[in-house]
Amino acid sequence: MKILVPVKRVVDYNVKVRVKSDQSGVDLANVKMSMNPFCEIAVEEAVRLFEKGVATEVVVVSIGVAQAAETIRTALAMGADRGILLSTDLDPEPLTVAKLLKAVIDEEKPNIVIMGKQAIDGDNNATGQMLAALLDWPQATFASDLDIANNKAKVTREVDGGLQTLEVNLPAIVTADLRLNEPRFASLPNIMKAKRKPIDIKEASSYGVEIKSHLKVVKVVEPPKREGGSKVESAQELVSKLKEAGVL
Amino acid sequence: MAVLVYADHDEAVLKDATNKAVSAASMISSEVHVLVAGANIGAIAAAAAKISGVSKVLTAQSAGLGKQIAEDIEATILPLAANYEAILFLASAAGKNAAPRIAAKLDCALISDIIEVVSTKSFVRPIYAGNALETLESMDAKNVITVRSTAFKAADNSGSASIEAITAVDSGHAATFVSESMVKSDRPELQGAKRVVSGGRALGSAEEFDAVIVPLADKLGAAIGASRAAVDAGYAPNDFQVGQTGKVVAPELYVAIGISGAIQHLAGMKDSKVIVAINKDPDAPIFAIADYGLVQDYKTAVPELMAALG
Ligand SMILES: Cc1cc2nc3c(=O)[nH]c(=O)nc-3n(C[C@H](O)[C@H](O)[C@H](O)COP(=O)(O)OP(=O)(O)OC[C@H]3O[C@@H](n4cnc5c(N)ncnc54)[C@H](O)[C@@H]3O)c2cc1C
Ligand SMILES: Nc1ncnc2c1ncn2[C@@H]1O[C@H](COP(=O)(O)O)[C@@H](O)[C@H]1O
Repeated sequence: MKILVPVKRVVDYNVKVRVKSDQSGVDLANVKMSMNPFCEIAVEEAVRLFEKGVATEVVVVSIGVAQAAETIRTALAMGADRGILLSTDLDPEPLTVAKLLKAVIDEEKPNIVIMGKQAIDGDNNATGQMLAALLDWPQATFASDLDIANNKAKVTREVDGGLQTLEVNLPAIVTADLRLNEPRFASLPNIMKAKRKPIDIKEASSYGVEIKSHLKVVKVVEPPKREGGSKVESAQELVSKLKEAGVL
Repeated sequence: MAVLVYADHDEAVLKDATNKAVSAASMISSEVHVLVAGANIGAIAAAAAKISGVSKVLTAQSAGLGKQIAEDIEATILPLAANYEAILFLASAAGKNAAPRIAAKLDCALISDIIEVVSTKSFVRPIYAGNALETLESMDAKNVITVRSTAFKAADNSGSASIEAITAVDSGHAATFVSESMVKSDRPELQGAKRVVSGGRALGSAEEFDAVIVPLADKLGAAIGASRAAVDAGYAPNDFQVGQTGKVVAPELYVAIGISGAIQHLAGMKDSKVIVAINKDPDAPIFAIADYGLVQDYKTAVPELMAALG
């Protein structure tokens, strides 16, 4: 069984981004970039399935600038087998990413795609579901548990009000939520080993998918500032302040 | 052209978030329809028909729709899409699951988690955990949108729409429901609650969470929330997580107990009207956005607070 894991290079989750003064976007110059945390969880899940003997190959794919190869390399150090980079300097929207991933899937023919539920830059939470639609595959999003047997995936999902378990026929798309697993740190020997694993670099434009914008960014601004920082000395004072504020 | 709103409900009650999505929809078109889909929806449809500004309620009844199966929602909505200039879902787990599928089938973008309707084609949404707000203009003929309910006022319930049944389309069972475990509670629902009490890693155990957070929430008539750290450690159910990747809340009163205030947590609560933080570390980032910060061990602060509340 082959698993494909799409991974995205994003601003590190510890960075508080700043908006550019010309309102054209956020300032990413000299900002630490990392693998999207949900993609790390997806890679970890795929590698565990490989270690359990359920999967025979884990392929990671990223769409983005040349440095996205580093993100792929991180996944290889965690235990993935090989990588594919679809290089582009454009920042494709989820629908275009889904179309490009579909083109990769048509070639690679994985049995399951495990990906993040959300990229923490655009916070779209869209690509996996879009990919499932384009392929006409079933989807199991926001997974907190995944079990594969008899060409089916049994997936527990984090839904409104609790947890839901679905069974989907493979091939299918599974998107990872936070509690699916805790990703490992790559060991030094595995980081060294990953340097020799293959990454196939292709132009995103060579897949015959138009990198088209459906949405125009008019402006990007800072959210309204919240004036906080006042302190109270005691619980009694807190209660009287809350009464004054009219919330009790 | 009309706008379609996918109703948010749990087959027992129509959620107030639906009224909020109707408000957003009314800013796009004067003709708003609501689709109520599920297995058990008679009372829900009647409630939806009362939302002001709604002219028609469509009902689609099937077991798969009752379990929010995205493939069935897609198959049911696609045949209707030609009638609508926009299709709106709530940015709930169910909405986030289904909406992108429909957008992709219509070859249009998903405009997720909008907090403002600027014009019929232009919307504002938060990005980077709410550290930036982007205004988008859609170049698609049709728009599929998810709505952040906390950003819109609920339409009131003085309407009287017609109700019309449509065909629930079965997608063919590529995905089948196995089981569910829902958190049962008489407490107000987290996302619509007027008051929220949230606990963090400081609580240290599920027992302590129950002993400290629950009575305070009861006293305040509040819903219960939690940080990711508290949920990951099993002190509170997944469904309680407030934040960038959990639920977004904006109650009148938000009380954060033993929560440091990571950007991912702030993303889910910083639009609350009044924020209270109880934390023993005076430098905890949560204090920077709290209206009333109490630097104290929660073990003394919460009992004193309970007493002061009377
Ligand atoms: C991809 C991603 C998504 C995430 N999404 C979310 C999300 O949606 N929601 C979310 O909350 N987090 C999210 N996080 C996690 C987030 O970064 C923080 O790790 C988390 O919010 C920390 O939880 P906490 O404040 O409870 O714990 P900590 O940061 O450990 O803070 C505990 C606080 O309790 C205080 N304390 C300790 N003992 C006491 C005491 N006795 N009395 C009073 N105060 C005390 C400490 O001073 C400290 O400030 C996400 C992280 C990632 C990487
Ligand atoms: N440029 C990209 N390259 C590879 N995978 C991506 C890319 N963008 C999004 N994804 C995948 O889609 C998931 C959800 O992203 P999004 O829909 O943008 O929130 C991510 O966690 C990735 O697994």
